[in-house]
Amino acid sequence: MIKYIKSLLLKLISIAVIVYLMIPIAVIIIFSFNKPKRFQNTSWNQFSFDAWTNICRDQTICRALGTSLKVGLFVTIVSTIFGVLISFAITRHKFKGKAATNLFVFLPLATPEVILGASLLALFLNVFIPLGFWTILIAQITFTISFVVVVMNARLAGMDPRLEQAAMDLYATPFQTFRYVTFPLALPGILAAALISFSLSIDDFIVTSFNRGGVVTFPIYIWSAAQKGIPPQVNVISSIMFLGSLLLVLLAGLISKNRKLKQV
Amino acid sequence: MTTNRPKVEDLHLVNLTKSFDDFKAVDNLTLTIPAGSFFALLGPSGCGKTTTLRMVAGLEEPTSGQIKLGSEDITSFPPYKRWVNTVFQSYALFPHLSIYENVAFGLRRQKSADIDKQVKAMLELVELTTLAQRKPQQLSGGQQQRVAVARALINEPDVLLLDEPLGALDLKLRRQMQLELKRIQIEVGITFVHVTHDQEEAMTMADTVAVMNEGRIEQMGAPLTIYEKPRTAFVANFLGQSNLFEGTVAGVEGDELAVKVKDTVIYVPLNSTEIRSGRIVLGVRPEKVKIVDQGKTGLPKNQIQGSIHNTAFVGVSTQYEVLSSWGQEISAFEQNVDPSDLGRPGQLVTLAWEPRHSFVLDPDEDLTAGLDTTWDE
Repeated sequence: MIKYIKSLLLKLISIAVIVYLMIPIAVIIIFSFNKPKRFQNTSWNQFSFDAWTNICRDQTICRALGTSLKVGLFVTIVSTIFGVLISFAITRHKFKGKAATNLFVFLPLATPEVILGASLLALFLNVFIPLGFWTILIAQITFTISFVVVVMNARLAGMDPRLEQAAMDLYATPFQTFRYVTFPLALPGILAAALISFSLSIDDFIVTSFNRGGVVTFPIYIWSAAQKGIPPQVNVISSIMFLGSLLLVLLAGLISKNRKLKQV
Repeated sequence: MTTNRPKVEDLHLVNLTKSFDDFKAVDNLTLTIPAGSFFALLGPSGCGKTTTLRMVAGLEEPTSGQIKLGSEDITSFPPYKRWVNTVFQSYALFPHLSIYENVAFGLRRQKSADIDKQVKAMLELVELTTLAQRKPQQLSGGQQQRVAVARALINEPDVLLLDEPLGALDLKLRRQMQLELKRIQIEVGITFVHVTHDQEEAMTMADTVAVMNEGRIEQMGAPLTIYEKPRTAFVANFLGQSNLFEGTVAGVEGDELAVKVKDTVIYVPLNSTEIRSGRIVLGVRPEKVKIVDQGKTGLPKNQIQGSIHNTAFVGVSTQYEVLSSWGQEISAFEQNVDPSDLGRPGQLVTLAWEPRHSFVLDPDEDLTAGLDTTWDE
């Protein structure tokens, strides 16, 4: 009896937690189908597909989204390439100043974003770099690169260096060893690191707002729109992002399940 | 495989030394391993055996000295340019590749012809044909071990290096794989250099065993020779068990040397040592020692009186610890022919063995060398 109550309680609590986590997302999706009475999309008025069929009615939304995607892409490519190389250097090699490198890589993770943003702004102003697209890139890369290094370090630490020795023992040149052993084994980590830096970049508000000049990214747009009323198109874009990532997760699950079935 | 390669060559290590900071892992090692032999490097952990192996593979750079295959100096060759392949401890199979691709890896790098045919033949040799498309982590330890051997062997190297290849297997499987490896070695005729800390494994498999300690080779020879006639206390104690006695030469009697050990005289054949006077260390293996009630006659010439201190029944034999009249513990193993006449602690007994079963160690030996060495890793 007690056992039954216990398991029932566990189920109830689990469901409650999931509902609690999902409510905000559900609200966003539901209100993407709303036709707000005035500017604020906060109270239900009328069901409509208007926002979905006409996402770019307000040009600034789509321009902001485009800027964010462009920034995200650049940031991801640059921070992944350099982060992965730094991680290889830290985990695989001994060199002078390794401890200092480690410290400097992790420093941005420990620094509050406000301070990071403000100090970068001071730097840009001092050396007369005009604020804009490029300063956003530089500012975001300073901290996304640290996340890439952290993710890659974990992956590389779990990689047996003897696998590379075995490859060389089996007549693979250093390049072939990288091509056929090191890279394929590191790839899942590299992809995870790239995804994290992309989502950090798309999401970033504080550091970006200090260093953006006049450039408007998606979070900046939402923040400024919030004062006069967020249009339902923002809900549409958020819903698409959510459904897109959900689809990716399901796809990944399906692929790995398929692969397992094939092997057995 | 390329056909214009010369025949399998002898492996020579010349004055090979490897230092890590101020620690000498391998100390001026000179050694020739004949082509086609099964050679075991035996020693406790940290004796330098794995470092030696890694230097031959090219994974570790010697501090000084040379490694030669036949007449060719390969000391400075990178690992991928040596006709040497390694079976790594715990295998190091590529987790992202199938068994088939793991085995094919070396051939693909050499752009060999007929890769498919060779891989299939090799998988057949190690009886893994049905598992070719699996990933390594889906295989049992014994199967992974066979993949590791196949992956190295398919390249037909001059020398196959095995680094504790059976360490991760359970005892029964290990015995089975020992015979399997021996069979494969005879079949392919490649030189095997086998690193192990398991003395039984070394003796079962190898033609030649080199016992290593602190970066140097203590003794090298056929398993039978080094077991029967160990020259150092380390070998006597590490390779099986030994009873060692310290004494002084009392004189020559016929073709035997009489050695006074405390209140007893022990005889050894004259031809087993050059020593004719002064301090001498001799020993005898526990299984050569007979244990009988005191007062019996018709016993071998070497006799020590004592009392049973401890007995341990281990199935095939009974192991006795006997306290000699001067208080030394001496072991004796008796075949378990008739288990009813087990000795009891406190019983007075005579230990006896033939003089020819005694061996003499090099002078100035520390009798406890190799005793505190742990076997397990």
